[in-house]
Amino acid sequence: MKLLLALLRRDIILAARQGGGVGTAVGFFLTVLVLLPIGIGPDQATLQRLAPGVLWITLLLSVLLSADRIFQQDFEDGSLEVMAMAPASLELVALTKAVAHWLSTSLPLSIAAPFLGILLNLRTEIIWPLTLAMVLGSFALSLLAGIGASLTLNLRRGGLLISILVLPLYVPILVFGMSATAGNPELIMPSLLILAAITLTSLVLAPIAAAAALRAYLR
Amino acid sequence: MQLTASNLACERGGRTVFSNQNFSLNSGELLQLTGPNGSGKSSLLRLLANLGEPSHGKISLEGGAPDLTPGQQAHCIAHSDASKSALTVTENLVFWRDFLGGGDLMRALQAVNLAPLADYPAALLSAGQRRRLALARLALVPRPIWLLDEPGVGLDDSAQKLLAALMNGHLREGGLIVAATHVPLGLDPDKNLHLGAAP
Repeated sequence: MKLLLALLRRDIILAARQGGGVGTAVGFFLTVLVLLPIGIGPDQATLQRLAPGVLWITLLLSVLLSADRIFQQDFEDGSLEVMAMAPASLELVALTKAVAHWLSTSLPLSIAAPFLGILLNLRTEIIWPLTLAMVLGSFALSLLAGIGASLTLNLRRGGLLISILVLPLYVPILVFGMSATAGNPELIMPSLLILAAITLTSLVLAPIAAAAALRAYLR
Repeated sequence: MQLTASNLACERGGRTVFSNQNFSLNSGELLQLTGPNGSGKSSLLRLLANLGEPSHGKISLEGGAPDLTPGQQAHCIAHSDASKSALTVTENLVFWRDFLGGGDLMRALQAVNLAPLADYPAALLSAGQRRRLALARLALVPRPIWLLDEPGVGLDDSAQKLLAALMNGHLREGGLIVAATHVPLGLDPDKNLHLGAAP
């Protein structure tokens, strides 16, 4: 447990210091949200209708943009080999690194997104459901991004391939995330529960898949 | 403690790198691996570290911790140095100490003479200093088996002597070392294994 906390702390420090992946993701998020109202025009009703969907899609793409950071650098500098020789299973290493990605990138974005949604004239009564759905869903996004990152480990500029591999897995999160925030109060609770179920399933299965891919690359 | 490889063969990318290799190594012994480029020295070390599966044969360890694989009781210092440029020397070592299961930070810094640079970012280190940072893992976390792949690359004379002293100390404490090298290590190997030319 202590060794996983050490890994978590190191990955978060690295994400904060290097900036590259996380900074790009945040910058991309802000750019889209600022440019969109200018591109669509000042019609407030249109913006309001589009806002939740735009926020979700931007969140998905921002998470994907920083996904290749999860394993690639550790693979290139040999850290991953040393980690494979530690008394911790590679599944737990993969889980911890996905959690670090969530804490350093997806979680801050998903907390900030609903409030940045004010730029898009987001209806105030769906700010809370949207925040909850995004916090839940973003954890699954990071876990699934870990699968894509491990599968494209030794590919330079594997970012596009990660998107193609992982986006199909993101569709259910997008569907239920949207239904929680579409404005129908009866749908909020069931949608959040299904999102939680998706997240819990990913929590169990994604590290296993990612560790299998990592083993194949280390061989 | 005895590390034994019997009838070991390795295949990479459909090509047999080496086959039918046997050796056994006891506590306090140094095995020196030699052979031309591509003869499979690094591949053999990776097999010993459990980072790959031998295509044939078996690696066994007697007298080690029964619930750990040989790889989990070994240090493998390969060509990449597994350190992060964005962290300082101390932060790098503290991470590996906590991740690999505890050790003495000051002893490790002194063993490779990096104590004066402890608070430097690893990005500012020279190639030889980065190599020493990687070697510091050996002194940091006690593990019985050391697998060294060209450990002396990039080291100056005094650092070579530090490395030899470090290895000597480990052997005297009953450790095992397998070192692949093209240059003399500065101490006499107990056993030699020469891998033939690449086919």
